[in-house]
Amino acid sequence: MADDTLPGLDALGAGAPAPRGAGEAARRAWSWLWPKLAALAIACAAWELVHLSGWKKYVLPGPGVTLSNLWQQAHAGLLWHAVGTTLERAVLGYALALLTGVAAGLAVSWIRPLRAAVGSLITSMLTMPSLAWLPFAIILFGTTTQAILFVIVMAAAPSVASGLIAGVDHTPPLMVRAATMMGLRRLSLHRHLILPASLPAFVAGLRQAWAFAWHALMAGELLVIIANRPSIGVLLSSYQDQADMPGTIAIMIVILVIGIAADAAFGAASRAIRRRWGLA
Amino acid sequence: MGSTAVTEAPAAVTLAGVSKVYGRGTAAVRALDQVSLTAAPGEFTCLVGASGCGKSTLLSLVAGLEAPTAGQVSVGGRVALMFQEPALFPWLTAAGNVELALRARGAGKAERRAKAAGLLEAVRLGGFGRKRPHELSGGMRQRVALARALAQDADVLLMDEPFGALDAITRDLLHDELGRICAGRDLAVLFVTHDVREAVRLGDRVILLGSRPGRVIGEYPVPIGRPRRIESAPVAELAGAITARLREEASGHGR
Repeated sequence: MADDTLPGLDALGAGAPAPRGAGEAARRAWSWLWPKLAALAIACAAWELVHLSGWKKYVLPGPGVTLSNLWQQAHAGLLWHAVGTTLERAVLGYALALLTGVAAGLAVSWIRPLRAAVGSLITSMLTMPSLAWLPFAIILFGTTTQAILFVIVMAAAPSVASGLIAGVDHTPPLMVRAATMMGLRRLSLHRHLILPASLPAFVAGLRQAWAFAWHALMAGELLVIIANRPSIGVLLSSYQDQADMPGTIAIMIVILVIGIAADAAFGAASRAIRRRWGLA
Repeated sequence: MGSTAVTEAPAAVTLAGVSKVYGRGTAAVRALDQVSLTAAPGEFTCLVGASGCGKSTLLSLVAGLEAPTAGQVSVGGRVALMFQEPALFPWLTAAGNVELALRARGAGKAERRAKAAGLLEAVRLGGFGRKRPHELSGGMRQRVALARALAQDADVLLMDEPFGALDAITRDLLHDELGRICAGRDLAVLFVTHDVREAVRLGDRVILLGSRPGRVIGEYPVPIGRPRRIESAPVAELAGAITARLREEASGHGR
């Protein structure tokens, strides 16, 4: 029997990969893109209709005015400066939340008494609105970047931890038996089985944590105004003060786009892992 | 043959008066009652019984995953276990799964790679090392699981209905492979099944287990030469006799 001869009828059960060309890739990209473009067009049309109807006509601008405002802001330095500050905080706060959440999650899933003590506490932390942490953070740190980062960590770390704990808990028992029979114990069991097995749930937790972190960051920037540090929150708040509706909506669009882009990145990572694990 | 011949080979597995009770008091369930059996190196022993006969409990005891309530379990050497599900790690390739078992035994990288390739070759999956489990058919996954069990370099191989979830044709092919692979090794195999023909097809010996509580109710050597076919007359005949005994037991006249 040659090396790559299919072993008998078994071969019938193994699926053949579908052939893929450049045309196929373009078709797939288009079929992914067009519903989103259509949704965008419908939203703009509805907006324009509301504008044309004259409802709140002195304060509600149409899409044309708003988008040209966004265009102008994109060509001035201030918006990019603000986006830079905000993203820097997002990355730093998310990284801190990740470290805290992983440390807490590992401790809780490894140390049994700790699990009994604080396991349910982590879950209940998920229901705490991040805004409710703000007064506490401001009293503790003053109106500083630390206060904003603190709120991000409090909002996002529980999601990271609970994703990790759920993953560890749902390692299939049969795989644990198989690994134990192979002689994998304690650390090597975690390294070769439990951590890889918990990755899909962990990434789902990371994605949720990002959403919470982004919410917390926006709330924090709106309420913790730091002088001479333009950020997305500061821009939003100052347009509000000037009753500048096109500017306000333009910033909201920027917030939405950043949120969607980050969520799409987490979604892609999650799909890649699920495909590799054979779950999707 | 004079004084030199009869030196009993040391048994690979010995169960002496083994009982296993789950729970206590009125809720206690006796899964195994006074089971005694031995398996020698190189011997293929099939355990057959209806559901509730404590087959899986018996394997757990031999594997050391549980302790008996009474009696002695002694195992000479390392034990590998194969389940009805392949229980492969989906994030590893077929070769990766086999290599992990070698790694757990402390093998170096080059050795792991070479041995895993050899074992996949032995289960006729030579070209499939880089496939992930979900890209393989059920039969192929079970072959990988067999290669992984062999990689553990065990003296005793426990198989818990390993082909129970496969179609008849794939199962028949794997019977051939298993016979061929075991013939070249000094493995003591304990093979649990509820398919009497499969047991007669594979085993040097078939041990019959009764249900509730699980106990040994019969032992049949299989004096049929190899290679055997599952549809051949001698296999069918012995399977028929064993099935008749099992039916008797199930209807309550056997006690």
